[in-house]
Amino acid sequence: MIINHPILGPRDFQEFTYLGDASLIDRPDWQADNAADQFHDYLYLRDNPAGEHRELWFHEQGDRSWLVVTRNTVTHEILNVELARDVARARGRSK
Amino acid sequence: MRYSGLKVIKEALTGHKGWRPTWRDPEPKKSYDVVIIGGGGHGLATAYYLAKNHGITNVAVIEKGWIGGGNVGRNTTIIRSNYLLDGNEPFYELSLQLWEGLEQDFNYNAMVSQRGILNLVHTDAQRDAARRRGNAMILNGSDAELLDTDGVRAMYPFLNFNDARFPIKGGLLHRRGGTVRHDAVAWGYARGADLRGVDIIQNCEVTGFKIENGKCLGVETTKGFIGANKVASCVAGSSSRVMEKAGMRLPIESHVLQAFVSEGLKPVLDGVITFGAGHFYCSQSDKGGLVFGGDLDMYNSYAQRGNLPVVEDVMEGGMALIPALGRVRMLRSWGGIMDMSMDGSPFIDKTHIDGLYFNGGWCYGGFKATPASGWCYAHLLATDTPHKVATAYRLDRFRRGCMIDEKGQGAQPNLH
Repeated sequence: MIINHPILGPRDFQEFTYLGDASLIDRPDWQADNAADQFHDYLYLRDNPAGEHRELWFHEQGDRSWLVVTRNTVTHEILNVELARDVARARGRSK
Repeated sequence: MRYSGLKVIKEALTGHKGWRPTWRDPEPKKSYDVVIIGGGGHGLATAYYLAKNHGITNVAVIEKGWIGGGNVGRNTTIIRSNYLLDGNEPFYELSLQLWEGLEQDFNYNAMVSQRGILNLVHTDAQRDAARRRGNAMILNGSDAELLDTDGVRAMYPFLNFNDARFPIKGGLLHRRGGTVRHDAVAWGYARGADLRGVDIIQNCEVTGFKIENGKCLGVETTKGFIGANKVASCVAGSSSRVMEKAGMRLPIESHVLQAFVSEGLKPVLDGVITFGAGHFYCSQSDKGGLVFGGDLDMYNSYAQRGNLPVVEDVMEGGMALIPALGRVRMLRSWGGIMDMSMDGSPFIDKTHIDGLYFNGGWCYGGFKATPASGWCYAHLLATDTPHKVATAYRLDRFRRGCMIDEKGQGAQPNLH
């Protein structure tokens, strides 16, 4: 698989390490009344779709940026690559 | 289909034209006591033990493709009882004991071969860990022997003992471990279940569940609605896809694991060897091919094939351990889809929906578990209580903080 890095261009996926579902960006509010339930779901449950999957890749052997890669889990086709920083900011996360 | 010596002779003399299919090919009835989703090793074993141990024969196994076409046909055929933790080892020990009597039990040749598994150690720390694991195995009724370098050399003189980086310092030998003819396991269980009246319905995919007032009443399939008092999902690899239809999210990710077979060779390796310093394990099939595998590809996948970097990694591991492999040609490789659970251990449990049961999350250890998985799942389905060796395999164990994390690596499935 070739990951088209938004800054560095096409890179072999061997340069990256994989974390998992990009929903891990959306860390629950630890002060919420049901925080324990939310963190259980956040940490342990997954949609695990067959098809398009948004997921976090870390460019460990490169510029050490986190990417959100949209990839098809049935064909391994990579459909879109974004900087995780941009995705998080677009969702109103810290400046 | 029943077999006898007389029938073999008769068929040999008459051109083998009298053999009939080993199991029936029935149309589904309107309803069953138990509908098992998934005609793999675990589903067929569950049906077999439901009928044999509990007398529940009004059972259907529904399978979207052909039986035994999933992971029971895509593994490296190893059986073993060498786990560490209390939640696991009694279960896998039961499984190995069931393997030991399996062929007599279902009267089918599954070629169970207890040729021994040797886990190599390369450092002092690994030797300590091996000693601890061996003690845990012995405490749970399994067998283990700690070998020193000379002990390993006597068994496998061709290994690379003096590798500068990873010298072989010994190994943990589990003599009762071994290999099995994997397809015959599915066929043997299917035949045994069929003879007891279980309907095996192939080419029948589940498209949905009928759930009313928190109770599961049956399954919608490509062959119409099939009612059931109890519906038992048993589709490791596709668990998330099936249980999603019941509105459930699971603590599971699907990952691809590759395996390989070499060209046929004269007998060189009479047991199973695992490399302790890299991801490589190897045995030799009765046909002569070396069967080996390594690590996950490490990303979510439903494709039954992997990528080349893992192929390279496995071959490098093989070359580091057995330099003589360098002249061997690789014949085939394939990938299987694993239910990777968040702690590396499986589930055999009721769900929060009445009448809906779940078996999955086998990671890359599902094949060796086949008999005990069927045994314990049948027990759960028949009695609504977990079998005593499977009490830890609950779906809510993460919520309760009762993970069964063999490697102590935390909630990231691709590390297990």
